[in-house]
Amino acid sequence: MGFGHIPFDVAHALAGGMLLMSFVLLYQRRVPALIAALATQGGLLGLAALWQGWAQDAAGLYLTGLIALVAKAVLIPWALSTLVRRFGMHGSVQTALGIGPSLMAGVALAALALVVVLPVAAADSALAQEDLAVALSIVLLGMLVMIARRNAIGQVVGLMSMENGLILAGVGVQGLPLMVELSTAALVLVLALVAGVFMTGIRERFDSLDIAFLEDHRGERR
Amino acid sequence: MFAALLTQAIHAVLLLALAPLLVGVVRWLKARLLGRRGASPLQPWRDLRKLLLKRPVVAESASVITVAAPYVAVAATVVAALLVPSFTRGMATAPVADLLVLAGCLTLARGALALAGMDAGTAFGGLGASREMAFAALAEPALLLVALCCAILAGSSNLDAIAGAFAEGLLGIRISLALALAALAAVAVAENGRIPVDNPATHLELTMVHEAMLLEASGRHLALWEYQSALSLTLWLSLLAAIFAPFGMAPAGAGPLGWILGLVAFAAKMGALALVLAVFESAIAKMRVFRVPEFLGAALLLGLLGALFLYVSTGLL
Repeated sequence: MGFGHIPFDVAHALAGGMLLMSFVLLYQRRVPALIAALATQGGLLGLAALWQGWAQDAAGLYLTGLIALVAKAVLIPWALSTLVRRFGMHGSVQTALGIGPSLMAGVALAALALVVVLPVAAADSALAQEDLAVALSIVLLGMLVMIARRNAIGQVVGLMSMENGLILAGVGVQGLPLMVELSTAALVLVLALVAGVFMTGIRERFDSLDIAFLEDHRGERR
Repeated sequence: MFAALLTQAIHAVLLLALAPLLVGVVRWLKARLLGRRGASPLQPWRDLRKLLLKRPVVAESASVITVAAPYVAVAATVVAALLVPSFTRGMATAPVADLLVLAGCLTLARGALALAGMDAGTAFGGLGASREMAFAALAEPALLLVALCCAILAGSSNLDAIAGAFAEGLLGIRISLALALAALAAVAVAENGRIPVDNPATHLELTMVHEAMLLEASGRHLALWEYQSALSLTLWLSLLAAIFAPFGMAPAGAGPLGWILGLVAFAAKMGALALVLAVFESAIAKMRVFRVPEFLGAALLLGLLGALFLYVSTGLL
């Protein structure tokens, strides 16, 4: 497969859309918009998995795609926005890093992903390299979102986005075992639950979702 | 040769006549979306006729720049509009229709506008001019990076060649193209002073940019400025259509039938883009002025990322 082949092109476009959504996560300050971008990314991931299932003729990937579409595009965003509504936090997320610097760091991380993947996947075609680099960039950008947002919702969104990147890398490679995929999906649902409980907990204790309060609580000084 | 000149003439008449109409259509669509009846799409043409019949009033402190700038800006924008392919490739200006030339023409028009804003020495004009140039400092490099992406993919920075290469579809869908599209759309929004960056529908707001520079213009000069901004919007929309949706465009050397198909496709694309613009502008609020550099910086970085991916996938790095 190469550029100009429809199966490859569509997979590539979907991955590109996911990368763009990662940058939207990095750029957005408002909580509802963050959740919407995460839902879009999950939806794109589901479509990418379904498409790969069709292109590789692998039935397991259809299941992956459906899980992603149901859980990541609908359920988790819905649960997050319910939490947001209950806590009444529609304002903007406080950023530890300004938008400008975090975007610059994001591009630097994407470039780092390219540089790292280049020698590792040198035996493969340029296309496989690019796909792997996109998936790695999404993982790194998710991590950056976690670092740059001083808010429990921001942390959860970053974590989910990282996981999206991992799954994307998985579905692009032929022969991802279904067991691995299922256990990751279960893990993510558990993570979402834990995150919800965690947020409720710190909300009750500190009357805020700003995780800076946790630092005082742990006895750290800022 | 004759066909090239003929298509060029049709293109020129089409774009020059379409420009105010397109602005009118966007305004009408926005009014409908907001539940109002809206003025007829021909209203901008009527406004232009009214303004052209009036004598311009020039401030006493104004120099020759105020008088000359509208003509310079309109001339530069007309040249730029002649370069962007609309319904067919292989027009007479195709050999010189370079993206960098286009960027240069647009910068010339922008410089004339900023000078005209500062010339009369009013506070608002200078404010608008300084903001316009600050935004340009980020928008221009983003445009150049998009040009770089296109040049790597198509092997040329010539718009005609880029449209041709993308229309054939041999290059496939690239991540870089998605990033470049996002960057170019953001630059287009900023260049035309559309809603997240500037509000084209208001006067005398503290955050205005484009209108602030035109406060001193009147009569014929104001008509020229209005026409220039309408033409600039048309040119940007057809640039987006030519690069990212070159489908249906008649190839060089096509006959009249191909041109007619190309005209129909062009009308459909412009209509769709006008609708997208109207929906987008109705759906979101204007940004604070201090957030605009972030918005354009994001466009610049996306362009940079697109170029990076291309360097890797084409093995240039």
